Amino acid sequence: MEKIWLIIKREFFTRVRKKSFLITTLLVPLAFAAMIIVPILLSTSSSEHKLIAVVDKSGLFENKFPDSKGVYFKYVQDQPIDSLKLHYSELGYEGVLYIPDFDISRPSGFEFYSSGQASITIENSINKDINSIIEKKRMELRGIDQSKMDEIRSDVEVTFKNGKDEKKGSSWVAYGVGYASGFIIYFVLLLFGTSVMRGVMEEKVSRIAEVMISSVKPFQLMMGKITGIAAVGLLQFFIWGVLITAIYSLIPLFFSPESVQAAAAQGNPAQTAEMIHKMRDVVGSINWALLVPCFVLYFLGGYLFYSALYAAIGSLVNEDASDVQQLTIPVTVPIIIGIMIMMKAVQDPGSSLAVWGSIIPFTSPMVMMARLPYGVPGTVPYWQLGLSFVCLIGGFLLTTWMAGRIYRTGILMYGKKITLKEAMKWVVRKQ
Amino acid sequence: MNLLEVKHLKKHYETHIAVDDVSFEIQQGSIFGLLGPNGAGKTTLLRMITGIFYPDEGQILFNGQKFDPENDVQHIGYMPEERGLYKKMMVGEQTLYLAQLKGLSRKDAVQKIKYWFDKFDINSWYNKRVDELSKGMQQKVQFISTILHQPKLLILDEPFSGLDPINSNLIKQEIFNLSQQGTTIIFSTHRMEQVEEICDHIMLINKGHKILDGSVKQIQQDFKQGLFKIGLGTMPNPAQMATYHFNIVQTHDKAFTVKMNEDSSTNDILLHFIRQDIPVTYFEEILPSINEVFITQVQQTENSNTPVAALPLA
Repeated sequence: MEKIWLIIKREFFTRVRKKSFLITTLLVPLAFAAMIIVPILLSTSSSEHKLIAVVDKSGLFENKFPDSKGVYFKYVQDQPIDSLKLHYSELGYEGVLYIPDFDISRPSGFEFYSSGQASITIENSINKDINSIIEKKRMELRGIDQSKMDEIRSDVEVTFKNGKDEKKGSSWVAYGVGYASGFIIYFVLLLFGTSVMRGVMEEKVSRIAEVMISSVKPFQLMMGKITGIAAVGLLQFFIWGVLITAIYSLIPLFFSPESVQAAAAQGNPAQTAEMIHKMRDVVGSINWALLVPCFVLYFLGGYLFYSALYAAIGSLVNEDASDVQQLTIPVTVPIIIGIMIMMKAVQDPGSSLAVWGSIIPFTSPMVMMARLPYGVPGTVPYWQLGLSFVCLIGGFLLTTWMAGRIYRTGILMYGKKITLKEAMKWVVRKQ
Repeated sequence: MNLLEVKHLKKHYETHIAVDDVSFEIQQGSIFGLLGPNGAGKTTLLRMITGIFYPDEGQILFNGQKFDPENDVQHIGYMPEERGLYKKMMVGEQTLYLAQLKGLSRKDAVQKIKYWFDKFDINSWYNKRVDELSKGMQQKVQFISTILHQPKLLILDEPFSGLDPINSNLIKQEIFNLSQQGTTIIFSTHRMEQVEEICDHIMLINKGHKILDGSVKQIQQDFKQGLFKIGLGTMPNPAQMATYHFNIVQTHDKAFTVKMNEDSSTNDILLHFIRQDIPVTYFEEILPSINEVFITQVQQTENSNTPVAALPLA
């Protein structure tokens, strides 16, 4: 036991002391912070505005275009469109919008000239504005009163509540949280799994394995490595959690409330307010007390399940690194299938594909994490969660046992190329 | 007392038998040479003794008890032929780690490391990464990490490969020192001149079988072919050499290598010259080198494919 502890310590500290660990651990929260801070900075110092020349032959649009988001419209009546088309940029315009004298029942011939492709935002807003102006004009012509129309319009939104305690929920939040956690687990499995594999390969290729195995059992060496790397992963997640929370809570100190509002106002203000409101409901609608421990358990379970297999693969590789690709396929493919089922499950968490995907241990860490935010026991009954756990634990016991048997033979096997078929024979044969 | 007794050890792989019914014993404090051509089964045998492999059949007794890999590995130091260290680790850290894995406390390990690093004068390497060292330097580090925990049984597979003569001597001296302090040493090599110089006892295996086993002196006696070199004051003419006591194998300057006939004695040879008044300047028995024994024995087993008992050639 003491030996495995020594191995865990070595695996942990050699990785944590590396520069790359420090960089990724700090960089991820910084990138996260940048995602929030940069838009705020941009909006507070937004000096950029675009001027668009409008040539309106119909006379319907005079001063009707709303100026917004740094885009301004100027009505130019004194210049022929042909000369304006040639000289608009010299006159300080970003582009020219040409509105012909059109038939109100069959509007056509609207054109926009700019040097480059107009941005999607400009395109969308100009289209929307023109259509709404034409709609208004048509209503006027048919004698429909604008205020009556507004009265008629309905804007009801159904409040979705779930469970016995009628919690407000939103499938969008469940979707987001499920997708994110499923994806994180996917990355963890691939990233840390390969890290275990590389560690094993390093030991084999540098021939330290034989020295090590004359001191410790192969299984201890393998499990020590797997545990050490898991500890590195947990530490990294923990630091990320702390830093991201810290950054979130510190942001208001650096920016005035107005600037945060301004950033929010970049989108439709009403929509943003609604979103913030929803976000609160959503954050409240998720059962974090269940989700966080489940995430840790599925992270560890899935990691143990796959990293043992990666360790076994690592022990089969010889100096020829090109074997790696071929040998890892049987381990990588189930993970990729898992992420694909996860993407389906997050849209339809009750489907049988999602249910079975969240029970079979090859895919359950990813798929179950996608389903859990939809609610327990509403979407995921307790029996499914329980069965999934039992299968995962059974699964990783089985994979580590198998991997241990492959590993102890493979790690000392040099020279000849080892096929997976051969390795499977080692699992079943008497040792 | 025997530190190690190996009885009828067998190990087969899927396609072939690596070690087939090998038995031997090693006295405590002796230096035991394990010889054999490539692929003879030496490494498999050593791996069973170090607890890396389980034997299919047979028994290993360590210190009089049934070998228990779990605990007995603390008393074994093994330096495999293919050396290995964690390349990115510091030299000091690495030796400390390996020593702790052999059951030394941190404090003990640090003390021992200091002793050996002082002795080998490599203190300046302590904070260097292993891959910054030359191959020979790595070898020294490897040797130290193998003996730090004062093993009762030290297994060295080709310990001198890659070392310059000065460092070879340094290691050789340490091997003798350890042996004098009671460490039992298994020494596996191809280099026969080292075997003769270092080993008390040798065992030759080929194709998984033990071919011969005995002390170096005994083996040389067993395989001698009745060859003698005789130095003469004057060169005799051929007629003077005619006798049924010996045949001339080789003629040198004022000397002959002769093969004595079976029913003759050394005195018969000497008398042959003395009677003819040819002055004898020296007379010595030519013993086969272990190298010769090795080559002939291996060739014989290659040809016959059956193990040859330790019979004198003659």
